[in-house]
Parts: sequence; C-alpha cells; structure tokens
Amino acid sequence: MKKIAYIKTAKGGRPQGKETPAPAPTEFKLIGKPTPRVDGKLVVTGRAKYTHDVFFKDMLYAKILRSPYASAEIVSLDLSTAQGFPGVKAVLRLKEGRVKYEGEQVAAVAAISEKVAEDALKLIKVEYRTLPHVVTPDKAMAEGAPRVQDSANVEKINEYSRGNIDRGFAEAEVTFERTYKTAIEIHQPVETHASVAKWDEDELTVWDSTQAIFNVRDGLAEALGIPETKVRVIKMYMGGGFGSKLDVNEHTIVAANLAKKTGRPVKITLSRKENSLCVGNRPSSLITIKGGAKKDGKLTALSLKNYTCGGLDRGDECSEPLIDVYECPNVKVEEFTVFTNTGANRATRAPGHVQGTFALEGFMEELAAELNLDPLEFRRKNYTTSNQGGTGIVYSSKGLDKCYDIGAQEIGWTRRNKKPGDGQGKKRRGLGMASQIWWGGGVPGTLADIKIHRDGSVEAISGTQDLGCGTRTFMAIVAAETLGLEPQDITIKIGDTVYPWAPISGGSLTAPSVGPAVRDAALKAADHLRDMATKKLSVPAADIVLADKKLFDKNKPENSITFKDLVKELRREALFHGERGPMPAGFAYNTFGAHFAEVEVDTETGRISVLKHVAVHEIGRVLNRLTAESQVIGGVTQGISTALFEERVIDENTGKMVNPNLQTYKIATSMDMPEIIPMFADLVDPRINNLGNKGLGEPPRIPSSAAVPTPSITPSASI
Amino acid sequence: MEKTPKKKSRTVTRRAFLRGLGGGAAGAALAGRLRGHDAGAGQAEAPLPPAYARKTINFTVNGKDVSVEVEPRETLLEVLRERLKLTGAKKTCDRGECGGCTVLIDGQAMYSCLFPAVRASGRKIITVEGLADGETLHPVQKAFIEKDAYQCGYCMPGFIMSSVALLNQNPNPSAGQIRAGLSGNLCRCGNYVKIYEAVAAASQKIRKA
Repeated sequence: MKKIAYIKTAKGGRPQGKETPAPAPTEFKLIGKPTPRVDGKLVVTGRAKYTHDVFFKDMLYAKILRSPYASAEIVSLDLSTAQGFPGVKAVLRLKEGRVKYEGEQVAAVAAISEKVAEDALKLIKVEYRTLPHVVTPDKAMAEGAPRVQDSANVEKINEYSRGNIDRGFAEAEVTFERTYKTAIEIHQPVETHASVAKWDEDELTVWDSTQAIFNVRDGLAEALGIPETKVRVIKMYMGGGFGSKLDVNEHTIVAANLAKKTGRPVKITLSRKENSLCVGNRPSSLITIKGGAKKDGKLTALSLKNYTCGGLDRGDECSEPLIDVYECPNVKVEEFTVFTNTGANRATRAPGHVQGTFALEGFMEELAAELNLDPLEFRRKNYTTSNQGGTGIVYSSKGLDKCYDIGAQEIGWTRRNKKPGDGQGKKRRGLGMASQIWWGGGVPGTLADIKIHRDGSVEAISGTQDLGCGTRTFMAIVAAETLGLEPQDITIKIGDTVYPWAPISGGSLTAPSVGPAVRDAALKAADHLRDMATKKLSVPAADIVLADKKLFDKNKPENSITFKDLVKELRREALFHGERGPMPAGFAYNTFGAHFAEVEVDTETGRISVLKHVAVHEIGRVLNRLTAESQVIGGVTQGISTALFEERVIDENTGKMVNPNLQTYKIATSMDMPEIIPMFADLVDPRINNLGNKGLGEPPRIPSSAAVPTPSITPSASI
Repeated sequence: MEKTPKKKSRTVTRRAFLRGLGGGAAGAALAGRLRGHDAGAGQAEAPLPPAYARKTINFTVNGKDVSVEVEPRETLLEVLRERLKLTGAKKTCDRGECGGCTVLIDGQAMYSCLFPAVRASGRKIITVEGLADGETLHPVQKAFIEKDAYQCGYCMPGFIMSSVALLNQNPNPSAGQIRAGLSGNLCRCGNYVKIYEAVAAASQKIRKA
C-alpha cells in the first residue's frame, strides 16, 4: 500500500460527522478486564491454520527467480529447459529490461513440489549486463552517483512551517543542534509472506498471509483485470506482518496467474532470504534537529531536516511528532528522500514516528541537559492540549500527563542524580524516557454483523483480521458484554472478503473501528430482544437488563427469561447490521504514551543493557487488558531490539544484503529482555465512538527504541 | 546480542547434513534435476522417472506408527508438514535459527528443519499436535493461554515444545534457566516476558500435580 495512502488511512476518517456517539457506560463486566483469547486452544495445539498450512490435493508450488544484482540489464532469458523439466507445469517471464535491486522478480515456475520448483529455477538461463549501482544513501547523494530512477536520487518529500523560525531562534536564550541517525530495519515476521491461489471457473479464491484482505482483493482484481466480485480473499491465522503485509504482493499475482495457466491451485511461500530482500523495510533516517528555548525551558523554535532512505521507494516522513507533541510557536520542517538500488520500503509499525520520536526525544533529553533542567519537567513545561504544538485544534482526550505521572512513579524517576555524570565505576546506570503520539482513532463506516440463531448461538461477523492482537477476543467480549453472554458463547467470523467491510489491520485501526461496529450491531440486537421480552415479562423495554445469559426486570430480577428460551421465539435467525459511526468534527483524535527505561552502560565496552522498561499508554478505554498488555510488551521488545541490535547490512561493492537471515540479522531473544511493566492511563474518550476506545498497534513501538538509548547519549540521566 | 548455541550439540548443521550425503548441496540438487521427484502432495505424476534414492522409513509420531518414503534431502520438518500434514511445527527460517520447527525426538527438543528425515527411522517424535491428552491440554499449553504468552502464535508450537522439554529435564527451573532454555526460539511479536511467566506457572502446576 502506498505510504501516503497508509498514513491517510492511519489518520482515520475525517472527523466531520455531526452525530455524537452515545455516551459509553462507565462500568462494564467484561470490557476492560483481562480475558484469555477465545481461540487460544487452536493456537496452542498447533491446529490454527496459517497460510503456510493450507494444502490442496492437486496443489502446485511456485518459486520465483530473482535478480542477483542490484542493477542490471536482462540481455536474454531462456525458460525452455526449465519448462521441460519433469514435474514443472508452467513457467512465467516476469521481467524485461532493467532490474533495479537484488531480489527483483525475473521469472517464475510452478511445479509438483517446492523442491522441483527450486531445481527448475536453476535451469532458467539469464544473461545479465551489470550496471553501476548505489545502495547506501551517502553514496547515492554524492556527486556523480549512478541514477537509481529516471529522476534525481534526492527528492524533497515534505515541508512544513508555522510561525517565524528566525524570530523563534532570535528569541531563544539557549540553542542546540544535533543529528540523529537510524538504520534500516526489516520486518521479519515469523511467517514469511505466502499465498495460495485457486480458481473455480472465473472466480479466484486466495488464501493470503495478509493484514488487509480487502486491499489484496482489490489489488488482485486490478492486476488481473477482473471484477472485485470475482475475487475472494481469506486469511485465517497470520504469523506477523508489522506493516509488510498491507497490500497485494507481486508473488500473489504470480500465484494467481500460474494457477490460471495450469488449472490447479498454486501455493507460494517466500524464503527467509526473499522476506529480507523483497517485501519491505523501515527506511533509515538522518535527522538534524535544531531547537531554541528560554532559560526557563519554554521552547521558542524547532527545526527539523531529514534525509530518509527507503530504497526504490520514498522513505518515511518523520516530522509529525516534532510538529505535534510539544508546544512551540515557530517550527520549520524539510524532509528529503534518497533513492538507492535496494528493495522498496513498506510501512513498518509506526512508519516515520519511530524514527522521528527517536530523534525528537533524544534531542529533548540533550536540550534539557543544556538548560540544566530535569528532562521530564522540561517536557511538562512544553505540554499542550491541542495539536500542531498548541496552534491547532483541541485533542478529544489526551492522557499524556497521566502517563508521565504513572511512569515516573513506577520507574522511580526521583532517583536520578541532579548533577550530570555523577555515576561511578565501569558500569553506570541511567534513566531515560520518551513521549509518544500516534493517531489510532479508527475508521468510520467499518461494518460488523451480529447474527442470532434460534438455538441460542450467536455470531459476530466482520471482514477484519486478527494479526495476533486479539481481534477475535475483543469482538467476543464486546458482543457478550452487550448481550449479557460470555465471550465463549460468541462464534467469531472474520478474515474473509465475503464478510462486511473492515479496514486494514494496521495503523492501530482495528480495535477502534471493529469494536464500535460490533457494539453497534449488538446494541441493535439487544434492543430487539428487549422488545421481544417486554411481552414475556410484562415490563417496559427500558427496564429490561441483559446479563448472566438472561433478560430480566431490573426492579425485580426474578422476573426473567433465559436468552436461549427467548430467542427460540425468533421466526428465523436474526441479523443485525452495525457500523462504526463518525467522529465529531472540531477535535483531534490521537493516542499518547510515555516510556521510561532504566539502562546500564558498560563504559569500557559500550554494551548497553536494559534493566527495566515501564510503558504507560493512554488509548481511551482498554477493551481487553490481557491482550493489551501483550501488545505493549511486544512493542517494547521490538523497540529494544531495534535500538540495540537490528540493522540491514548491504555490501557497497556487490550491492547485496549481507544478513538476509535470522542468524545475522539480529533480533532480540529471550536473553535480552528486561523487566517490562505495561500500564494504562485509563481514560474514556467522551466522543470518539460508542466504546470510547482508541488503537494500540503502533503506540508501544514508538517511544520504546527512543527511551532506551537516551541515558547513554546524555550523562545527565545517570543515577 | 548473544545467542546461546542451544541444541547445536544435539543435532547436525545443515552443512554437515549435506556433506554427509556425499555430494553436498550441488550433488543433491543435480541428482534431483536428473531423476525427478515425488509429487509431495501425494498424487501420482505418471511421466516422472523413479525418484532418486528413496528410502522408506518407519517411525512414531504422537504415538502412531507411520511409514513414509523420503528423499535423502528432505528434512523431518518437510515430512511432518507436507507428507503427514502435521502443520503445527513451522518452517520459519529453514536453517536452525529460530526454533519455529521444534519437536521432541526421543524426548529431546530438536530443530526439525535441520534433522534429516532418514535419521528419524525408529524414533519417537512428538509434535505440538500430540501434546494434549484428547481435549485436555498439557499444563504448558494451558499456561500459555492463561498468561497470554503469544500474539500471532506462529512461533508458539516451537516455544511450547521447547518449554515441555525444559520442564521434563528440570521441573523447577529458575528464571535464568527458563530464559536460557528458551533462547533457541525467536518470537518476533516480542512476547518473551509473558512466555517466562507461562513456563513458571506451568512448572508450579506440574510439580503440584
């Protein structure tokens, strides 16, 4: 999915609706409490079906031949030997002319087994004429560098200003400038990208490891030139995406074409190497921030210049946190992308915000030291309750101050030395922190159905995805809460484009989109059941409560009928449509958080160990505390992993990735984990939707890699 | 980052495996190229010549005796997943880096992606599908649900099998022993600290039982 489209979606629907959602009740029986996953048994017994686990009797296996060069011209391509190899059923030419990165697809085969397909790839004869390549942003920016695209290697992608930056710096009593650099990171989901394509007459069904079934459906329809009505996409379980599975993939189109050509189902699973090269990465950043402040700590000016590199595609805009988080009247932003002969980037859990927050929060720590202020106090001094650094519209809810209070208390912020650099000895400890902002308001128009059967069973249905964030479970919780049932009573149907539309599972959109849609459908179902029970119980509908699998008179609870007995009276199964309503205009809808890390630095070796990481988030109402805590712990773990270990390494001479595997591309292991404390500033957003909840996908990933290194880059944080 | 070279002593590396075949990787590939292959998914492909050096092996999976004809280059993981349709163990890195394919071989946790299928002959294999007693979950499985020890769940079969092996060998592991015992498994969603909690809880339950 194009980055701009992704950010637009992540920001949510424009909050322009007039209708204010019904105020949410403050007390729930299930919502907000910890509930184990309703589908846990399937996962822990290995019975949950991921795309890799899909098999059909006549199925063929596809493999793709990819360019070994970062830049080359295909002089000739001969598929005939591969085509004649026993067990090969079809071959496809995928590229003519120039290849622009290591891993670009050149040709494909479909064969009776994966091993036959792999062998057949070796029989494809390709003659390349290698061309000059450039794989690092430094070299790509240099004079005379080979051109990656037809246009220049450096391109401006973003600019922003407010107030008067020159006046802002003139007013400052202290100014400070620093440059921050982040490396390219690979998503590395444990389930590599995979698809199975199967035709039935002119209708295509695709099982895909995806975060966005409707994007895959629409993308396939467009690529194959067939109506969307002829494509069905199914995702049952999915082994991680982190933004790399938001759109239709080239290899999925290849599988569909090979399936069409052979008349048999075709499966394609990418190898770990392909996963490292071809399906996205988080762009690097090179961010210079200059700031000015009064001696008392009030910011007067902030400027940001960024050179981001996303390979063949534009990198990330990283300035949003700087534009929004702190009150500052004068701001100037300029961002440039640098093209290289490496795989195109994709959205990576909080694109732009991770890099931008790393730079901004490191800068805030260092400027606080310059000002001789406590970095937390410095942040509080520049607190704002409206966006665009205090110059925009008011936040519908903002619990960042609460996050600061809770987190500072938990980490023991007062232990910090007042004097910078007071720590003694070889190993020294420090405390660092970072603030977080993201969108996460959800998408108005998201659909969900509740279906009640005459035998008392209930379905909650939506064309959404569960990436492991617990979508199935929160849907069950919301439906059960509203209907007076238990989560296990609700059958969840998701991950299929035949179900009602829901947005991508990315950008922290799922819970604040699907949750309210399920709630809306369940409220309609509850109203219908109350009307039915009115006659049975001889009390007004308004007095009827749904709880404990019964409907009863709130003034006389013994006057009741069981849910099961009541729905027997339905003439047929009853379907209730729910929709996530619009958000009132005039407010900004954002999520907030603050992370605090206690870190030990070995001053002789430079080794950094995180000892304790406190993560506090404000996401409105929490739907399921158990899975929300996991989400936060995961975001912290990934942040620590990036901050300390991860980096895509490309050899400048050969243009090849040196570490396209999990042995040399280092991700955090169980040996690297600190104590992690996930916490929530429990608020309920009064108007965002009928549950008062916001998303949590991105937030814990944003400040986690920023909080870790801050104590090591500034001695002021020592304890 | 340091990784404990867990399991290395108990299994073979891919390189050693291929060397052991005599011709190395190139030899295996060439042989395949010349002689053709099994259909994998079980259906007959008439025009194919007989497969290269197939061998029938007999072993036990989850208490059931099985007999499978395999190629020397096939791994136990491939046989479990593609022939026997036991898809609990996952092919995640396919080179012994992540533990997603961990199964118990004669009670030992092993990377099945590095284990030549022919070596499975006569052995007792337990996969995640064989852990529960009917519908009654193993205490480790129960604890993983209760503590919410996973997110996407893809790495979980491997973690669960490593945890079971750890607790079989050491029913009362310290926090450090749990970390070390699971250091051969990677979780990209990053749920390690909840996994520790689950293993500790399961350990308590097992000892009480």
